[in-house]
Amino acid sequence: MIKFSLFRWWAIVIKEFIQMRRDRLSFGMMVGIPLMQLILFGFAINSDPKHLPTAVLIANHSVFSRTLTHALENSGYFQLVKIAQNEEEVNRLLALGQVQFVLTIPNDFARQLIRKEHPVLLLEADATDPAATSNALGTLNILIQNVFDRDLVGHLQHLRGKPPAVELRIHRKYNPDGITQYNVVPGLMGVILTMTMIMITALAMTREKERGTMENLLATPARPLEVMLGKIIPYILIGYIQITIILLVSRFFFQVPMLGSLKLLYGIAILFIAANLSVGITFSTLAKNQLQAVQMAFFFFLPSLLLSGFMFPFRGMPHWAQNIGEVLPLTHFLRLVRGILLKGNGWEDSVPEIIPIVIFMTVVILLGVLRYRKTLD
Amino acid sequence: MSNLVIEVKGLTKYFGKRCVVDNLALHVERGQIYGFLGPNGSGKTTTIRMLCGLLTPDAGQGQCLGYNILTQSDQIKRQVGYMTQKFTLYEDLTIHENLDFVARIYGMSRRRVRVSQSLEQLGLTERANQLAGSLSGGWKQRLALAACLLHEPQLLLLDEPTAGVDPKARRDFWEQIHQLSAQGITTLVSTHYMDEAERCHRLAYLAYGNLLVNGTVQEVIDHSGLTVWTVMGDNLWKLQAQLKSLPGLEQVVPFGNLLHLIGQDTDLLQASIAPLMTNSPYEWQLSKPTLEDVFISLMGHAQDHSL
Repeated sequence: MIKFSLFRWWAIVIKEFIQMRRDRLSFGMMVGIPLMQLILFGFAINSDPKHLPTAVLIANHSVFSRTLTHALENSGYFQLVKIAQNEEEVNRLLALGQVQFVLTIPNDFARQLIRKEHPVLLLEADATDPAATSNALGTLNILIQNVFDRDLVGHLQHLRGKPPAVELRIHRKYNPDGITQYNVVPGLMGVILTMTMIMITALAMTREKERGTMENLLATPARPLEVMLGKIIPYILIGYIQITIILLVSRFFFQVPMLGSLKLLYGIAILFIAANLSVGITFSTLAKNQLQAVQMAFFFFLPSLLLSGFMFPFRGMPHWAQNIGEVLPLTHFLRLVRGILLKGNGWEDSVPEIIPIVIFMTVVILLGVLRYRKTLD
Repeated sequence: MSNLVIEVKGLTKYFGKRCVVDNLALHVERGQIYGFLGPNGSGKTTTIRMLCGLLTPDAGQGQCLGYNILTQSDQIKRQVGYMTQKFTLYEDLTIHENLDFVARIYGMSRRRVRVSQSLEQLGLTERANQLAGSLSGGWKQRLALAACLLHEPQLLLLDEPTAGVDPKARRDFWEQIHQLSAQGITTLVSTHYMDEAERCHRLAYLAYGNLLVNGTVQEVIDHSGLTVWTVMGDNLWKLQAQLKSLPGLEQVVPFGNLLHLIGQDTDLLQASIAPLMTNSPYEWQLSKPTLEDVFISLMGHAQDHSL
């Protein structure tokens, strides 16, 4: 048996260090990815979201309604952003996801309160993501016990105590039972598409470069657009197969409700797939080899996963992180899928989330085409 | 269309600050087999890539198959068969799939027929469903040639097509190139092999981006002006030691039991070796330079700008 040689071992160690230093991008990633994770997990992520946008529909203005809205804001969980005018507006605000909660103070609220008729306060919550609402709702339940104590003075003092002077009725819309899977499983569709589409296309192009077959391809009359589109089509098909698998499993295994139009979902998906493919292709024009392509894909995937609202409530993040999230196509696709499946949103409700995806795609494609070279220069 | 298939001048290419091809002029006639020689890094591949539009020249102009090399590379690509130095067909496609892909890219009519004809000519009909990656070096080369002949190009650009191929396969390969030449197809081929160079109608020798000579094999040898003495005998290494740094002697090349003494200046060389020739145990003979002698001498004279 040959003995372990320190010289030979050291020769390998030195060679590995040299090679590691040469591959600048990999080296950068080794430093960049932990830093990014530290920043995202350390600063951006918060599983106890506060200042959730809330609308109120006040049919009866009184000292009580003012007290209540103030109390909501003071709790830290609710932030009044809108005074709704009618029931229709309330529904629209929730469907578009512009607010997380809508509080309705009914007609005759003050009179009924004073008459000890225990008027009903209605709080509608967009409960697609149970994690985003649970703490706020818990706080509200406690808050309602004695919120009016300050107003119930003098001859009204007897209204304090138990049972509370008002009845709070909470409607968890879209996901009444607070089932996490309803939120996660449709979201997974976007995550899986992002991961596979970017990775596969980035690899497919760099593989041609690495193996030298790109030279052959460039020497033929094939044009860049033909090459790019030709490479994309099979992966679009794969994307649709993935969507179908996820939908089938969601429906029959997790019993996720599907209120909206699947046709609409399939239609919109092409934009999301195309956006991701354009990212993959642009990466492939930048990457020198397949390893770099994978690293770039990962570098894009990580913030997509963490900042899109897939893993953690979007509204729990600080504004800078939300701004980054708003750029990413996954953020908007998640809202689209959840909107269509859980809320039954239609085309018009979806447009505001489609536009950012299209803008993102256009910019990235432009970058890619600028970078793609028809020659080997 | 003129009889010149390639006619370029002033062709120049920089990679960064390094000049890889410097003011190159090239004339290749229809049906010719034009050999492209030169040391590694002399700009052969770069020149070939510029001719078929894979690289954009930094300066220069000219035509290839009647199309402007600067503006009409799409038309050129349609009529050129380019065979890369490395095997660049798809190793994970079968032989048949590779040929079929090429046929589709060029939008060929009667695709199936032509692909199966090509397979038949190759003698690969039986193995059509074998992955291209599993072929041996010689077969890969034959397949690559078949692939770049599929669309019936007028001009073949072959970049070291026979590197790493055995002598029999190389001979067959050149046989085929000569047949194509007889059909009027022009070939520009780069090579390091002297026997292959001798099979070309005309040669061009490139060193460090400059075209040093061009002409027929005979012309190249004649114009070299080299004098060669062949020394025969045993223990030539003893003589070799004595020959070091003699004026007029540029190269001493051992060939088994032979020693080639090469110099540019006939008289100076004669004077230098005269003392050694008297009472020599070896047999001395004045002979003609080979192509290799000429090229090595050229390489020694050329200045290396590439570093």
